[in-house]
Amino acid sequence: MRCTDSGFDRIPNGVSRRDFLKVCTASAVYMGLPASFGAKIAEAATTAKKRPPVIWLSGQECTGCTESLLRTSHPTLEHLILDLIALDYSETLNTGAGHQAEEYRAKSIEENKGKFILVCEGSIPVKDGGVYCKIAGRPVLDILKETAPKAAAVIAIGSCATWGGVPSAGPNPTGATAVYKILEGTGIPVINIPGCPPNGYNFLSTVLYYVTFKKLPELDDKLRPKFAYGRLIHENCERRPHFDAGRFAEQFGDEGHRMGYCLYKLGCKGPETFNNCSTLRFNDMGTWPVNTGHPCFGCSEEGVGFTAPLHSPARPLYITPPTQFAPATPEKGKGASAFAAAVAGAAIGAGVVAVGMNLGKKDKEES
Amino acid sequence: MAINRRDFLKLSAGSGLLLATDVTPSFAASAHLPHDAVGILYDATLCIGCKSCMVNCKKYNSVPGGALYQKDGSIPYEYITPNRIYDSPSDLSSRTLNIIKAYKSGTGENKDTDTNGYSFIKMHCLHCLEPACASVCPVAALHKDPNNGVVSYDAKKCIGCRYCQVACPFGIPKFEWENASPSIVKCQLCHHRYKDGGYSACCEFCPTGASIFGKVVDLREEAKRRLTLTPGSYYDYPLKTVDSAMTMPKKVPPYNDHIYGLEEAGGTQYLLMAGVSFDKLGFNPRVTAKAYPELTWDYIVKIPWLIGALVIAGAASHLATRDKSEK
Repeated sequence: MRCTDSGFDRIPNGVSRRDFLKVCTASAVYMGLPASFGAKIAEAATTAKKRPPVIWLSGQECTGCTESLLRTSHPTLEHLILDLIALDYSETLNTGAGHQAEEYRAKSIEENKGKFILVCEGSIPVKDGGVYCKIAGRPVLDILKETAPKAAAVIAIGSCATWGGVPSAGPNPTGATAVYKILEGTGIPVINIPGCPPNGYNFLSTVLYYVTFKKLPELDDKLRPKFAYGRLIHENCERRPHFDAGRFAEQFGDEGHRMGYCLYKLGCKGPETFNNCSTLRFNDMGTWPVNTGHPCFGCSEEGVGFTAPLHSPARPLYITPPTQFAPATPEKGKGASAFAAAVAGAAIGAGVVAVGMNLGKKDKEES
Repeated sequence: MAINRRDFLKLSAGSGLLLATDVTPSFAASAHLPHDAVGILYDATLCIGCKSCMVNCKKYNSVPGGALYQKDGSIPYEYITPNRIYDSPSDLSSRTLNIIKAYKSGTGENKDTDTNGYSFIKMHCLHCLEPACASVCPVAALHKDPNNGVVSYDAKKCIGCRYCQVACPFGIPKFEWENASPSIVKCQLCHHRYKDGGYSACCEFCPTGASIFGKVVDLREEAKRRLTLTPGSYYDYPLKTVDSAMTMPKKVPPYNDHIYGLEEAGGTQYLLMAGVSFDKLGFNPRVTAKAYPELTWDYIVKIPWLIGALVIAGAASHLATRDKSEK
């Protein structure tokens, strides 16, 4: 599969074919697909008659997820929203405002019924009829319930949308609820991309996967894409060898902390948090919290982030069984008996030789 | 009259005078818990195998007074590579007083389960109430403290006979094979740290409360309490010491209904709990509740008589065989 040159006519100036293929290949690699799928993704993105429309709804959120997405560089956000998808509505990125924006949203939803992707950022308050978060005078709960059945798929971005996040922390005054719980039983496909904020590439890769293959990526039991949330942070952490060797930072700023030792004792939740921060990292410069010396606080994991105290020790989930430990009951070899057999063999051999020599002597004497 | 074995042998070595005395010591009398006995409770179900105890054991025993103290103050790593990246002992040795081992069966997926499961186990000296090592030591280099019950070792007295290595049912005393003037090395429960208010480093640096330090009576009580808890309920596990203010709530696992060290080898000051049976964790199933020195006591108790009999027999034979013609 090759991306034909003609496909690039539709791409605005400033993007070389080479750069664009790089973007698509990188996306393929994030999703654990062979790099050759990059060309396929590029073709899907350029030959599609119409870019897939996206409606971006905002509930109780801080816009951190959008901010994180704005900082991606391959592809950059303008690539995403101008070339790959059609971002028809987003409160942060809309050029229009007020009734104009709302009208355009309604128009896009009607035009692209069953085809658009609905992205939800932020949790949805359900208490008191959802009055705690209103957009254009209407509770976001109603907007979501009205819009979701018309969407091809719903992507819940950020911890707030996926399991409640900060707004749902006790005592949860607004009744902040996860998007998938509100849509439970409706049969509308929901993808959760938790994180506070999630890595922009986890979102991009999911969208590109959908654009390319016209289906959702493989999800786990919490509706998270497996390519991003299949492993514990702990498993691929650069400080993991220190954990295995028993070297820990005991306090912030102590010798172990300065030496880059494992942050488990400072409360790192990496051993119970599923995410790909430790491999993908943030901001295109290879940085992430653990790298800067702060323990992971499990922002993307329900029941950990915003729930467990920041510096309380994690309860490690055991995904990797121990291999690097001395066995409790070592297997004993058959060294002694083998040695005894060898000695016996040597003795018999020596005996045979001695007898043979004696016989030879006798023969000589007789002759 | 309760008399300990060492004093008893000292006396008996003197002369046949003891023949006249009435020696009826009782072992049951000396098998009690020393006053202020301290120990460790290890709960394998809390252990995450982070080896923090192993690392800090070496570090805090390499100071003056510690069991691993070297004259140059260096930490005796197991594998001395120029960059010393990974210290990974395969068993206890003269450089390793404490080790985390693992049991694994089948797929090894489930923690603290016998089949297709795994479990960690922490091995170091169990500090027996009746230590076999001290019992066999001919020069009293191994010694059980009458107050805190720590079985400690005096390198100045050791003659290197290694009887203690043979006698210990848990394989704890290790010999410095590589040393020109070797001695025995074993865990001494960090007794050099007590005077400054410290306690065993393995407990102080355990992040999950798998190892906790305290008085043996309290540890026994804590261990028995854990066995009465309902699996699945939450319990506030103390961290570092048994009477600690710091606790960590954790779901109670299904325990193997056995506290190792309550009775084994006459009772030990190191108590262990696990989800897996202890013979799978490397403990010899032939170790019974019988105190090891008891096994030889029947013989040792007759030694004074034997010495007396030898003196008489020697004198008699001298008298019988002396050359009378000299006069």
